[in-house]
Amino acid sequence: MKKMRVLSILVKNNAGTLTRVAGLFARRGYNIDTLTVSATKDHRFSKITLTAELDDIMLGQLMSQTAKLQEVVSIEELFDHNSVLREILLVKVAVTHECRSKLIEIATVYKGVVVDLSRESMIIELTGKPQKIDAFISVIDNFDIINFCRTGVTAVQR
Amino acid sequence: MKYTGAEIIIKTLLDEGVDTIFGYPGGTVIDIYNALYDYQDQIRHIRPSHEQGGVHAADGYARSTGKTGVCIATSGPGATNTITGIATAFMDSIPLVCITGNVASHLIGKDAFQEIDIYGVTMSVTKHNFMVSDVAELQNTIRKAFSIANSGRKAPVLIDIQKDVMQSMYNYKSKPSLPLSETPRFEQSGIKKLSEYINNAKKPIIYAGGGVNSANASTELRELMNKADIPAVNTIMTIGVLGPLDQLNLGMVGMHGKNSSNFAIENSDLVIALGTRFSDRVALNTKHFAPDAKIVQVDIDASEMNKNVIVDYAVVGDVKEVLTELLPLIDAKKRQAWLEQIAELQKDDYQAPCCEEQIKPHQLISYVVNELGEDLIVVTDVGQHQMWTAQYCARTKPRTFLTSGGLGTMGFGFGAAIGAKVGNPDKPVVLFTGDGSFTMNMNELKTAVDHNIKTTTIILNNHTLGMVRQWQNLLYNKRFSQTDINHSFDYVKLAEAFGAKGYSCKTVDEFKAAFADSQKQDGPVIIEVLIDQDELVLPMIPAGGTVEDIIME
Repeated sequence: MKKMRVLSILVKNNAGTLTRVAGLFARRGYNIDTLTVSATKDHRFSKITLTAELDDIMLGQLMSQTAKLQEVVSIEELFDHNSVLREILLVKVAVTHECRSKLIEIATVYKGVVVDLSRESMIIELTGKPQKIDAFISVIDNFDIINFCRTGVTAVQR
Repeated sequence: MKYTGAEIIIKTLLDEGVDTIFGYPGGTVIDIYNALYDYQDQIRHIRPSHEQGGVHAADGYARSTGKTGVCIATSGPGATNTITGIATAFMDSIPLVCITGNVASHLIGKDAFQEIDIYGVTMSVTKHNFMVSDVAELQNTIRKAFSIANSGRKAPVLIDIQKDVMQSMYNYKSKPSLPLSETPRFEQSGIKKLSEYINNAKKPIIYAGGGVNSANASTELRELMNKADIPAVNTIMTIGVLGPLDQLNLGMVGMHGKNSSNFAIENSDLVIALGTRFSDRVALNTKHFAPDAKIVQVDIDASEMNKNVIVDYAVVGDVKEVLTELLPLIDAKKRQAWLEQIAELQKDDYQAPCCEEQIKPHQLISYVVNELGEDLIVVTDVGQHQMWTAQYCARTKPRTFLTSGGLGTMGFGFGAAIGAKVGNPDKPVVLFTGDGSFTMNMNELKTAVDHNIKTTTIILNNHTLGMVRQWQNLLYNKRFSQTDINHSFDYVKLAEAFGAKGYSCKTVDEFKAAFADSQKQDGPVIIEVLIDQDELVLPMIPAGGTVEDIIME
């Protein structure tokens, strides 16, 4: 059964490495949902964190295919129970005088922060597990969302 | 001591034991050729007519010798011309090191003359590739390329080198080859479990693929077969690894494999897959492949596990190493009932008819391989002739059958035959090809003449793209769209125009006479054999089908 997987890939910090990993996913017919790349404490390596909907067979295939790339040092699956997963959301919502405080109230429950406010709109920043971001977006769904952007998952094993 | 980058390239290639290069000069590799000028006594350089032919030649050289094939091409079109060759080698796990020149660093990314991002383009058809923009990295990059190409599952590696790198000076000191990365380690408990599957099976069958060849494991494979009385089927990549002299080898399996081989898989209770990837030309219908059997797999590449067919148990490791550990745990036994059942199936195997007036493909292939013996290296292109050759070439030694199995590259043959002969000057090399495949890269006949490379090319001319026509005939209601080749090509004159000797024949006697004469020639020869247009490759299981769908006539 397909489910959302979080993969953490330690790669050599060389030009073209991201293309190799992303290209492999594309070539083998797997869709990447989110992807983040960041530095590690050792500048020779970078960390790619990505999420994709995969079943067990697909996961095994993808992990062994990715591990074959010369630039990949290691690949592992991260789980909720042994890792801290975080994502940042920026959402811009059209607001009127009447609904503004209602929206701030909801954002506060989710520990969101209003980072920009104008007469017509508001930008809220929210950090949390992907599920929390999903939940917040669904709760404010009846507001007039102009657009939003999510960073994708970044994660560290406990 | 300091040398130019170009000299470092040549010196490092010599350090890696390279004595043969297939390459084509051009603007961005002119420095390499300038350096090569001083090493003509140590490196034999073969210039093809087209870079694709050059890569196929390096590939044929690698397949037939077990060494790494090396090729050079210039930037832009020279580099893009190598792609089909590289992809062909990639699909069949053949080690190559391809060196391409690129424009100087100040021109990179400016769409300069003959600039192409070959590094980006070849990412998906190489195991790894490099772009060298600093002469300090050159020597180690080349050493790494050879190590990567030959470690684990072998494959091509490309090194793209900017022109100013070849002109820069840097320190060079001879260094030995880098060690190959270790083969995957496997647990003794895994070997034990594998042995239990095999010892408990009543009707096991070995399905042996190209990995057995890459691992040079034919001896261990035979030991396993003989010790436990296990029959085997071979894929097109294992022709020669297992041959007709192996009593327990049933022959080729798959789309054009033997009826009995396919039925044996179907009726088995255990499939032992060794160095093979359950390709769609063997596991035609993955849902019904060996329906009543457990499947165990040994492969050096972990990503081959559960890729095409879900297996019951797998050991990731080098086939030779795994079999060596496994053999002592295998019970010696006889499997008379199972072998009798298979012998029964073999009675129904397809028997091709003979004809004296117009020679049949199997007759001429059998004749040639009988005449030239077990050292003969057989090369094919792709199509009907490839399958006939696979069915009847009767090779008994590894590395004596060269074919584009994975990519199925028409035009592979002539280059590969040249490479095979260059690597094996004392062995006869025969290319069986079709009129379609031959015309794709026949310009390499010029290469064979130029370098006086004695190859025998036998063109099975049916004036059509036979394999496509066969599908149109059997599966597309005889709508022969764009397959017939209506030109009245004169192959004899063509051969003469290139400076080679040509023959044309139709009957068995004519063919025998032409072949006998051809073997007395010093240079390359072309023999056109006119065969019937409606000749079919049989048996055939249509794509996606099962043994139940087999076509026998």
